[in-house]
Amino acid sequence: MSHISSKRLFYTIFVSLIILTGLTVFVARQDFGAMNTPVALAIAGLKATLVILYFMGVRYNTPLTKVVAASGFVWLIILFGMTMGDYLTRSWLGFPGR
Amino acid sequence: MNHDIKAGSYLDAPHGIASWLLTKDHKRIALLYLISITVFFIIGGIFAAGIRTELMTPEGDLFTADMYNKVFTLHGVVMIFFFLIPSIPATLGNFLVPIMCGAKDLAFPRINLLSWYLYVAGASLTIGAVALGGVDTGWTFYTPYSSMASNTNVTLAALGVFIAGFSSILTGFNFIVTIHRMRAPGLTWFRMPLFLWAHYATSLVMILGTPVVAITILLVGAERALGFAIFDPRVGGDPVLFQHLFWFYSHPAVYIMILPAMGVISELVAAVSRKQIFGYSFVAYSSLAIAIIGFLVWGHHMFVSSQSIYAGLVFSIITMIVAVPSAVKTFNWTATMYKGSITWDSPTYWVLGFMGLFLIGGLTGLFLGTMGLDVHLHDTYFVVAHFHYIMVGGGVMGFLGGVHFWWPKMTGRIYPETAGKIAAVLVFVGFNLTFFPQFVVGYLGMPRRYHAYPEEFQILNVLSTGGAAVLGAGYLLILAYLVASFFKPRNAPANPWGATGLEWDIPSPPTTFNFEHDPVVTEDAYDYVGRARKAREN
Repeated sequence: MSHISSKRLFYTIFVSLIILTGLTVFVARQDFGAMNTPVALAIAGLKATLVILYFMGVRYNTPLTKVVAASGFVWLIILFGMTMGDYLTRSWLGFPGR
Repeated sequence: MNHDIKAGSYLDAPHGIASWLLTKDHKRIALLYLISITVFFIIGGIFAAGIRTELMTPEGDLFTADMYNKVFTLHGVVMIFFFLIPSIPATLGNFLVPIMCGAKDLAFPRINLLSWYLYVAGASLTIGAVALGGVDTGWTFYTPYSSMASNTNVTLAALGVFIAGFSSILTGFNFIVTIHRMRAPGLTWFRMPLFLWAHYATSLVMILGTPVVAITILLVGAERALGFAIFDPRVGGDPVLFQHLFWFYSHPAVYIMILPAMGVISELVAAVSRKQIFGYSFVAYSSLAIAIIGFLVWGHHMFVSSQSIYAGLVFSIITMIVAVPSAVKTFNWTATMYKGSITWDSPTYWVLGFMGLFLIGGLTGLFLGTMGLDVHLHDTYFVVAHFHYIMVGGGVMGFLGGVHFWWPKMTGRIYPETAGKIAAVLVFVGFNLTFFPQFVVGYLGMPRRYHAYPEEFQILNVLSTGGAAVLGAGYLLILAYLVASFFKPRNAPANPWGATGLEWDIPSPPTTFNFEHDPVVTEDAYDYVGRARKAREN
């Protein structure tokens, strides 16, 4: 909990985030077909992971903090999962809009 | 105003308006919130009076259709975001959570003050939207009403709700850290008053849900102002996605309103029955169960949107399940009162009122959670009656019960008991007269959100408006005697109800840092029987 990261680490993460932002812009201009969204989400996920682990200090924190951080994603899974449960089953009845 | 000042009371020192506006004392911040939410309750109440006056006659003769849209929208926005959500947590919770924990203050006093300023800023923006001509989307800000169809001040009102959301997040965050880290020695989790369990569960909902609605409302603002295409079907967006994101928060938000009221009622039931709560651990766990399962039911608001019926089926089943922990509480409160030594002070009236009204609200929720029946009842006055039984019959009755119970502690003043009982009866009768006819008129097919209706519904609407007048009289009576109590001497004893709990062991009103010595807890919560035994032995 009392871990103090070096400035060098913070600068490295900052530069990595800038590079990944540039990469986001670059891939947005390319056409990967069905992979467009997964590629964009993968880069965004990597950026979020860097922020959570280093800028928010979760990597050096207690197991309880790690569990709390992870539980936020459980709620995200509930939100996405049950919403997609609607979208993916709308066509099952075989007429539009259902 | 300054009779019999007790030295060291948090109300007295330091002096001056700045000492209140810059205070970090959780008790003063609770009073700041209490004054603020009362102002918004009155504003929301004025809009409600407008609605009920319009609906006395079948013709739309008081407001135009457009104006009526604005009136019910602002009634909903003000009452939900600026009264009900902060009502118990920000006032009674702010005041009592640290004291019940045996702490001097909340974990982050500055953040607590920041939450009040964010609340005021958010509320001011929304009132600004009213001054600039109002909003007409309904409190739910549904797209495409809010994104494409409305030319009113949606962005400003939405921004106000967005900012107020952060106030709610900060309050929840403060409570969770305080309950985890600042409990007195001996105050184990299962010795905590159920008020703390309820606020812990509420705080989880505030932290996990509020960011979602904040971002959703921000997306609506971005779509209106910058042309984002999240909810616009012309460019691949989906208006129903808004409903998913909105209800992911706004259904659990109902539990933000009702869980703290359940915490209040748990305290009051034990105190007025002079008994340990029946099934303490079940009541404690049921708060957490409501908070968690409450996140899995939002689709029951969307049975008649284009939501898949398979998703609707799952949401319907889970809705039946979330009723179970609420029923656990209600049965356990009733069992607590069974063979209790019930005292007939004014808090008892609020407890009984809450239990009756919440029971009706909860059971009619099961009607609406049933998919087939909801197709008939959706967007009728049946829904309006149901959620008022929960939010007003449950939330506001719990809030007022708590205010009456802890008023002597908060202010050091006693209000007239007889007036308290009359007010509770007036509110109970007025409430039922207002909203029970709405179940009937809704079942008969009267839709909500119209300013005109067929003539055959008039008698039920007149009854409802008459009830609203009685209800309003009850609220005004409460306001009158509580304000009047400020002009009386501060002569409340430390424990006027003979209740258990750390807050009753300190003076009324408390000193700035609550406790002269750090308390040590040596007994379970609500040990009324043990206390009586000790009193007999001594």
